[in-house]
Amino acid sequence: MAIDSIIPPAVPGAASAPRRVLPGFGLSLGYTVFYLVLIVLVPLSATLAKTATLSWPRFWSAVTSARVLASYRLSFGASLCGALINAVFGLVVAWTLVRCRFPGRRLVDSLVDLPFALPTAVAGIALTSLYASNGWIGQWLEPLGIRAAYTPLGVTIALTFIGLPFVVRTVQPILEDLDTQFEQAARSLGASRWQTFRRVVFPEIWPALLTGFALAFARGLGEYGSVVFISGNMPMRTEITPLLIITKLEQYDYAGATAIAVVMLAASFSLLLLINLLQRWTSSRHVLV
Amino acid sequence: MASTVTFRLAKPRATAPADAADLEPAWIRRVLVSVTLGFLVLFLFLPLAAVFVEALRKGVSVYLATFLQSDTLAAIRLTLLTAAIAVPLNVVFGVAAAWAIAKFEFPGKSVLTTLIDLPFAVSPVVSGLIYVLLFGAQGWFGPWLSEHHVKIIFAVPGIVLATIFVTFPFVARELIPLMQAQGSDEEQAAIMLGASGWQTFRRVTLPNVKWGLLYGVILCNARAMGEFGAVSVVSGHVRGMTNTVPLQVEILYNEYNFVGAFATASLLALLALATLGIKSFIEWRTQRDTAAA
Amino acid sequence: MKTSLRFCLLAALVAVSTWTAHAAPQPVTLLNVSYDPTRELYQDYNAAFAKHWKATQGQDVTFNQSHGGSGKQARAVIDGLEADVVTLGLAYDIDALAEHGGLVPKDWQKRLPDNSTPYTSTIVFLVRKGNPKKIKDWPDVVRPGVQVIVPNPKTSGGARWAYLAAWGYALQANGNDAGKAQAFVTAMYKNVPVLDSGARGSTTTFAQRNIGDVLLAWENEAHLAQKEFGADKFEIVTPPVSVLAEPPVSVVDKVADKHGTRAVAQAYLEYLYSPEGQDIAGRNFYRPRNPKAAEKYAAQFPALKLFTVDELFGGWAKCQKTHFDDGGVFDQIYKP
Repeated sequence: MAIDSIIPPAVPGAASAPRRVLPGFGLSLGYTVFYLVLIVLVPLSATLAKTATLSWPRFWSAVTSARVLASYRLSFGASLCGALINAVFGLVVAWTLVRCRFPGRRLVDSLVDLPFALPTAVAGIALTSLYASNGWIGQWLEPLGIRAAYTPLGVTIALTFIGLPFVVRTVQPILEDLDTQFEQAARSLGASRWQTFRRVVFPEIWPALLTGFALAFARGLGEYGSVVFISGNMPMRTEITPLLIITKLEQYDYAGATAIAVVMLAASFSLLLLINLLQRWTSSRHVLV
Repeated sequence: MASTVTFRLAKPRATAPADAADLEPAWIRRVLVSVTLGFLVLFLFLPLAAVFVEALRKGVSVYLATFLQSDTLAAIRLTLLTAAIAVPLNVVFGVAAAWAIAKFEFPGKSVLTTLIDLPFAVSPVVSGLIYVLLFGAQGWFGPWLSEHHVKIIFAVPGIVLATIFVTFPFVARELIPLMQAQGSDEEQAAIMLGASGWQTFRRVTLPNVKWGLLYGVILCNARAMGEFGAVSVVSGHVRGMTNTVPLQVEILYNEYNFVGAFATASLLALLALATLGIKSFIEWRTQRDTAAA
Repeated sequence: MKTSLRFCLLAALVAVSTWTAHAAPQPVTLLNVSYDPTRELYQDYNAAFAKHWKATQGQDVTFNQSHGGSGKQARAVIDGLEADVVTLGLAYDIDALAEHGGLVPKDWQKRLPDNSTPYTSTIVFLVRKGNPKKIKDWPDVVRPGVQVIVPNPKTSGGARWAYLAAWGYALQANGNDAGKAQAFVTAMYKNVPVLDSGARGSTTTFAQRNIGDVLLAWENEAHLAQKEFGADKFEIVTPPVSVLAEPPVSVVDKVADKHGTRAVAQAYLEYLYSPEGQDIAGRNFYRPRNPKAAEKYAAQFPALKLFTVDELFGGWAKCQKTHFDDGGVFDQIYKP
């Protein structure tokens, strides 16, 4: 801040010109690319190479057998449900944390990050013991005829837990940036609160909401540790795709396992690209406003 | 410009949004607060509480005795060692990546950003598998490694590699938006005043991003210590040698030692809580710094 | 000149070799990669063998143990986990070591007595105290309303034995009609609410979560569960017919030669057949091969008719292909 006041924005057009005034571009980019290639790209390319040992028909049958298709349905379906639940409740949580004062708000705010920090296996065991029919929550669901553990519902619960911080943490900063003037203006013009939310607030936050949703979705697709404990692993019904990869590995079917892994990789990579596009869109909209 | 918002720190906000308070009727606010609390209790608080209740089921002495077992101690040592290697490496990478991406324009930047995010969306199982394909006895480098008596898979290097992979984006993701938001005017000024590149980084950039960096480090650390799926694939599960704390939890659980399993798990839960505590502290400091400036 | 040099060398060689033979041998470490239910067995046995080896050879031997699902463990060894010996849940998993990477010779099973299985086990029923659903024999597990807990045969060795036990019973009860056997096994899996990925997971589901009326378990696991969770909670029901489960052992030749541990690894497995090894097996609820040890523990092992995989299924390779490979009979059971 101090230097800013000493030097006025002296260099004309400094912001738009290529900023090669700063040193270290070659070094930092070079190292970034080197490390990225070494740690991420070379290992990931091993899956492609392994899959290439399969002929196309064998690859196709490996990734489209009935059991694998059923696992996609579950993994994608449960991740989608979990991400939707998180989109709705995550928005409510973010809204409450930003707009409402209540005792314990700071504590709640920091607890939101728990699923990032808690090891997934621990989360899985804890959730199973809660939602099993003799667990704290399961015993209340049982009389209602709802079985949570060992059903697709259990998988959805685990994925909701895993994905929760994503939506809250993407929407929260946007809400904080949002100037309440617009809402107050809308109200003074006679708009109802619901209209104001729909017409003024929602258009602002929905790209972020979508981003959070997509991140939670992508994370849910690959999740293993927390799900295997609560899912019950029934073929065709509660078997997630990452478990099938493990199963194939244990039958020494490396090529088959990596074939499914490649499909998962493609799915998560497209989701990530989508997220990045969304974020560009979000930020360009933001600049416009 | 901010390309990602996932782990962004709460925005510095000196005052509560008092002006927002009158927008909602009181009953709506009460409903919102109760829905939030209900949802979080159900999904966050109860699982956390379950861990501690199970761990303390047979009393404090049994709980503490778990940590005196040599296998558990070995697992704790291995986990600390793994984090001690993986986190600094990713910090150096994160700083370099953030410097390149936030301070310069170059073609292919968004592809690079996407690639940095990639490990984050890769299933942990796949993260472990790729190293088996590379360094396993049947893998690309396996025969060569075996000839030269280098052990990677089912030994500490494999566990460290898998951990580096899954925690790869954390620091970079935290720093990039922060450094982008801050722009590079201050650095340019420092350079023009004759500071060297290193001096500029140390005296100008680092103080500006230090809390963000620290936040990235603790999230990276928490994930590094807690990773289960990827490490499980490359560990080999040799008792007292290649078991990390999360794997030890699974082993104890499989030995019907539920108290031991949850006690060990509670260690990781405590780590999570400490992480959150430090995070809150960082936010508080950031806000104070901003308020002071 | 030349001869004397040769002589000198020879003399030196002899001197060195006799010197090494008389000095105290270097301590040695063995890695035993085993399947899930053998933790307690090998904890006892390793201590006993270390004592025996020290007494007879004067060498200190320490052990590292790795436990997990049998298939997972075999895969780890194939991928480079340097196990000196493997003690796995079924022969197919050690066959895999021969097939992928040639870690053991193809005829590994002929190298030790009794198909290289020093102890056997079988599949029994663990039921809740008082046996409220009156589960006595195989037909009871397909009764409507009976919940059966068993792990996933794709990922668990024990589950494969359980599957084969049910199949073998049905085959014999229906005059070798494979169609009827498949119908029986299908009906059984219709009664299964949870397929855990390993035997230990299933026991936890049954005992800790209170799910299911009967657990199909390894005999030794059933006894262990009773010991761990309380004998007042569960009863073991031994069906009249079941499978003779043969968990085999083998030296991993390639690794043992690399480590120079072949002799001690070999002795380690052979000692399993000794009276002391057999006694430890019996104590840990594995059926000893040795008649004398078997007699000592006869009380805990009720007599039943046991069939082998070779008799009914034509060996593991064939059995695996027909039943558990992708698209095999087990997959068909779950075809919608």
